[in-house]
Parts: sequence; C-alpha cells; structure tokens
Amino acid sequence: MLKYVLKRVLLMFPMMFLISILVFITIQLPPGDYVSAMIEQMRDQQGTNWSPQFEEGMRQRYGLNESVVVQYGKWISNIVLHGDFGYSFQNSEPSQRIIWDRLGMTLLVTLSSFIFTWVVALPIGIYSAVRQYSLGDYIFSIIGFIGMATPGFLIALIMMYIAFTQWGNSLSGLFSPEYESAPWNVDKFIDFLKHLWIPMIIIGTGGTAGLIRIMRANLLDELNRPYVETARAKGMPEWKLLLKYPVRHALNPFVSTIGWTLPALVAGEAIVSIVLNLPTTGPILLQSLQVQDMYVAAGFLLLLSLLTLTGTLLSDILLAWLDPRIRFE
Amino acid sequence: MTNTVMPTPETDAQAVTTSAENYETPQIAIASQWQLMWWKFRRHRLAMISLVIVGSFYFIAIFAGFFAPQATTTYNRKYTQAPPQTIHWFDDGKFGPYVYGYKQETDPRTLERTYTVDKETKIPLSFFVKGDSYAIGFSNMPLSWLNKLHISGNRHFFGAKNHGDPFYLFGSDDLGRDVWSRVIFASQISLSVGLVGVFMSLGLGIIIGGISGLIGGWIDNLIQRWIELLKSIPDIPLWMALATAVPARWDPVVVYFMITVILSFIGWTGMARVVRGKFLSLREEDFILAAQLDGVPAQRIILKHMMPSFLSHIIASVTLSIPGMILGETALSFLGLGLQPPVVSWGVMLKDAQSIRVIANMPWMLLPGAAVSITVLLFNFLGDGLRDAADPYH
Repeated sequence: MLKYVLKRVLLMFPMMFLISILVFITIQLPPGDYVSAMIEQMRDQQGTNWSPQFEEGMRQRYGLNESVVVQYGKWISNIVLHGDFGYSFQNSEPSQRIIWDRLGMTLLVTLSSFIFTWVVALPIGIYSAVRQYSLGDYIFSIIGFIGMATPGFLIALIMMYIAFTQWGNSLSGLFSPEYESAPWNVDKFIDFLKHLWIPMIIIGTGGTAGLIRIMRANLLDELNRPYVETARAKGMPEWKLLLKYPVRHALNPFVSTIGWTLPALVAGEAIVSIVLNLPTTGPILLQSLQVQDMYVAAGFLLLLSLLTLTGTLLSDILLAWLDPRIRFE
Repeated sequence: MTNTVMPTPETDAQAVTTSAENYETPQIAIASQWQLMWWKFRRHRLAMISLVIVGSFYFIAIFAGFFAPQATTTYNRKYTQAPPQTIHWFDDGKFGPYVYGYKQETDPRTLERTYTVDKETKIPLSFFVKGDSYAIGFSNMPLSWLNKLHISGNRHFFGAKNHGDPFYLFGSDDLGRDVWSRVIFASQISLSVGLVGVFMSLGLGIIIGGISGLIGGWIDNLIQRWIELLKSIPDIPLWMALATAVPARWDPVVVYFMITVILSFIGWTGMARVVRGKFLSLREEDFILAAQLDGVPAQRIILKHMMPSFLSHIIASVTLSIPGMILGETALSFLGLGLQPPVVSWGVMLKDAQSIRVIANMPWMLLPGAAVSITVLLFNFLGDGLRDAADPYH
C-alpha cells in the first residue's frame, strides 16, 4: 500500500511540471501582451499616442521582452521556491494575494458541491436500482437526464429568475453586503452558509445526475449475483444485506469517478460563479484573461489543475484502500 | 467478421420463396452486421424518436431562412421586449391561424414598456408567406466561389400574412428582433459546431489512439499519461484561456473554425481511448491472427478486418461526445469568448440574458437555453441507443 501511494505521489511531480508548461504556453498564445493590450485600451480612451520608448520601458519593467523560456523559468522557479506567483499588472500587486483569496472560496464551494453530489446521488442511485422501473426510478431518471443536459450556467440563470420573481432577491454573491468585507466570525459563517447552498446545488446538479446513473447501473449488475441470492436465502435482513455486500461492491467504480467528476465540478464552478458573481476564481480568471494579466490567469489555471490532480490522487489512494486488487497490479 | 449467419427467414421474403422451391437444401439468410445493428437500434424507441427529431433539427437548420419567419437582423423599434404570443389555430370554428396584437404602455418615468394582449386586433398568420429575403446554402463566406452555392428566396414556411405585422412566437429582444427566428438561425452554428468539432477530435483520436494501441510500449505509455494529464485539467478554464487567443476581429468563419479546434483540443482524448481500447482487444482476436498468418499486409488488416468491427463503437462514442461540444461552444459564446455578434449561436443569444434585469423582465430570452438542453438530451438518448446497438451479438 505504502509503495503504491508513494508511486502515485511521485507521479504528481512530472504531471504538474507538464501542466505548468502547458499553462504557460496557453497564456502566451494571445497576440501581444499586457503592455500592448493596455496601450491599445488607453489609445481608445484618450486618443493619446505612446512613445515606443515608454512601451519598451514598460516591457523591461515587467520582464516581458525576455524569451519565453526565460520567462517560464523565472515564473516557475519563483512559484516553487518562494510561492511567488508573479505580479498582477492590472491590480499592481502580487498575484498570490488575489489568487489564494479566491482559490480558497473555490475550494469551499467545489468541495461542498462535491459532497452534495455524493449525498444525493448515493441514496437515489441505490433506490433506483433496488426499485428498478418503479415510479420513483422513472422520475429520478427523467430529472437526471434533464440535469445532465442543462449547462450549469443555464440552471443558474433559471434559479435567478425564480428567486427574483418569487422572493425578490437576485441570488448573487456568497455574502450579504454587510458581511462582505467583515472579518470571519460566527455570524459571517452563518450568512455564508445561507448563500452557499444555491451555488452548491447548481454546480452539483449535472454531476449528481451522472453519478445516479452510474450507481444504479453498478448496483443492478451486482443485485443479480448468486451471492445476493445466497444471503437472502439464509434469511439476512434485506437492508443489511444490501448495504453490506452489493453496495460495497458497487462503490468501487463510484469512487473511481472522482477522477473526472472533480475537474467537471471545478469547470462548472468557474462558469456558474461568473453568472452568480461569486467571490471565487471564475470572474477574476475571465477578467484577467481578457486584459492579458497573464500571471494571475496562469496562477489560477495552474492551481485549479493542481486541485483536480490532488483530488484524483486522493481518490486513487482511497480506491486502493477499498480494493486490494488495485494495489498489487 | 463483417457477415454473420442467422436463420431469419421471416425477415427475408426472398429466402422464404426460394426455400419453398427446393427445401432439401437448408436456407440461410445472411444479415450484415449493419443490418443487425439497425434491427437492434430500431427496438430502442427513445433513440428512434430522438433520431427523427435530431434529423428534423438539422433539416430546419439547413433551410433556416425558409423556416424562420424573419431574418436575424430584422428589427422593429415599435415592438422591443415584446412577450411571446400564443398561436390560435381556429378562427370561428374554421382553420385560420392568428395571434392577438399587442397593446403597449410606456412608463413615462422609466420609459419601460409593458405589453398586454389586445384582443381587438387579430394578426392573421399563414403558411408560405412572403417576407424577408434569405439565402439557403453558403453566404458570407470568405471564399467567393463558395458564396455562389446558394439559392435565394423570400417565401417563408410560416409567418404573418402581411409582412411587417408583429408576430413573435418566442417574444422579441431589446432591439425588437424576433427571438424565434434567431433561435432557428442560431441552430446552424450550434448544431454544426458539434459535428465539425467531433470530426476533428475523431481524426486526432484515430491517429493518436491507433498509434497508441498498435505500437504499444513506451509510446503507448507516454500517450496515455498525456491523455490523463489533459483530462485532469478542468475544461472550461482551459477553453477560456485558449479562446482568448482568438482575436475577436477575425473573420467569423475563422473564429468558428478556431473554436472547434479549441473544443477538439480536449475532445480527442476520449476518442483516442476508445480507439486504443478497441485496437488492443482486437489484436488478440483469432481472426486477426489468421489474417496475419495468411500474410495480409498490416494496412489491409487495419482497414478491412479491424475497422468494420469497431466502427460502430466509434459512431456511438462520436454521438455521445457531440453534446459536450455543443455545451462547450455555448459556454464560450455565453462568456463572450467564443463567437461574436452579428453571428448568432445559442450561446451568443444567451449572452444577452446575463443580467438580472433582462431575466426578470424578459424571461423568454432564456429560451435558446431550452434549445440547447433539448438538443443535448436528444443526442444523449441517440448515443445510448447506438451504443446498445453497436454490439448486436449481445
């Protein structure tokens, strides 16, 4: 087990290295850089022309006229050695303050939607399998299919409409205005929880629908096995039998879905948070991409990927712990 | 392996008659694999219905100009933000479709218009009415010879009898453009982006997955790790980053093409996995070994022996990955990073419905979203049916 865990953890490093290269190349792709974007914007606004010397000076100051490889080297070594994610041109301050603030919130929202998907999908999946073709099964299947087909941001927009017409509020944000910049305390936390459930449900819906179907299919495969029949013939109570054998068996493929549900949740969070204007990564990522505030955008992309990679790693370890066959492969 | 022997006399009338003539030789009807798959698929009722509806969506998209009552750019200042109308099919017991007109009041302070149904005026509707002119086929393409390939017309399938009368089945937007017509025109982009993107991913997937499955070894290992890597990056943030590299001032056709490239950037990984898996399992099959022993060249083995047995699986997974492409384009355009107006796609239309003011006053602006959901739902059903039919021997 320890060997397996060690192997998986070590594999993370080359993966992260490659992702960091990919992220940096992606961020470099747009034509021009922050300085040219800024100058273009200023030209539009004021009609003044900038001297090439000024432009050159700005580039020099931000280190933008060095080769991409040198820029990458500086960027990644600063992150690894000093935890320094570079300078945010737009906000004129180090990126990491913006990044960590927002990333923490993203982590909270994603994690709670993840828990939501499991808490909802597991019992419904079990119910749908045990009572296959019942009215409840059909209803959950229909809701599930619709949930899978509706993008998160559309659910968010519909929820906004319902909330506005029914209760007269707009659902946006994660805090009431009076708590927005207040330090954390019990009241703020309660206020946060009051706001959290809406994005949690919106982001979780798509994933929940998929997981219900997986759980249902896995469990249906197990329910017809002879060992279930044997246990039933021996007079084992039905619910105990169900939870102790087939559900445990069906749980393994379920755990392995974390590898793709987690990236999907993070991706869904990015776009839903833009619609609902949550203080998470989504809105800032979009903004920084638009103005080519490259170090902020790169930092976000890198850390979001790290988040999903870590999630996958944890799920792999969990799976190995649940299922000994994987460890010895 | 392409043909299978199945005694099914009732499905082959010829077989029955011939067997009546000389019944001492046992008659065998041969059904090709595709026939078996079609029989199996036909039994999947939901998938059949979805196939018909998706087919008609594409048909309408091709002839969008004819089916949409108005052009995408036609606007009417007198009827901005008008709510949807309901069609009444019978007038005094006789067939004569009409909608009621609008009565509008403008708030003198906010200048906001409120509409009520005006039961006094009836706007007659009819089939094959004259209206805005349109082109079916290629137009507005950067290549001039392509643009010649279209036919123009001004007859519309269904619309207001008198050109210019307000007829807004899905309401009108801020500028007084018909949302229903725009949804129809937008389907051209939204429905085709999925197909183009999927074919691009398929090409990449077959090449890379094929290399991975056929050569194996460290190359396979490398490709598999690379796929895992791409899959672990959350797709929407990555798409967003890639899409900002596409300047908005480029020609819309080029932007469209670039968006499909971006969507395929992650899309190919799923396809490559399917292809690789199939190659790996087929490599062990006896009939491949037999062909190899007979000295059949590798190229022929792949094309003639392997391809037919995994093509069906590929078609199923292609269908199942179209929804992801459609949703991706919608998300990017919704964020303003994908296609830009005046191009209309469902995502571009939804972009107008971002603010709470619009949603609260004009909820019909969310209707393009319903089109997205329905299309994705249908493709999922269709893909499920195809996947079940892909292996007709089970």
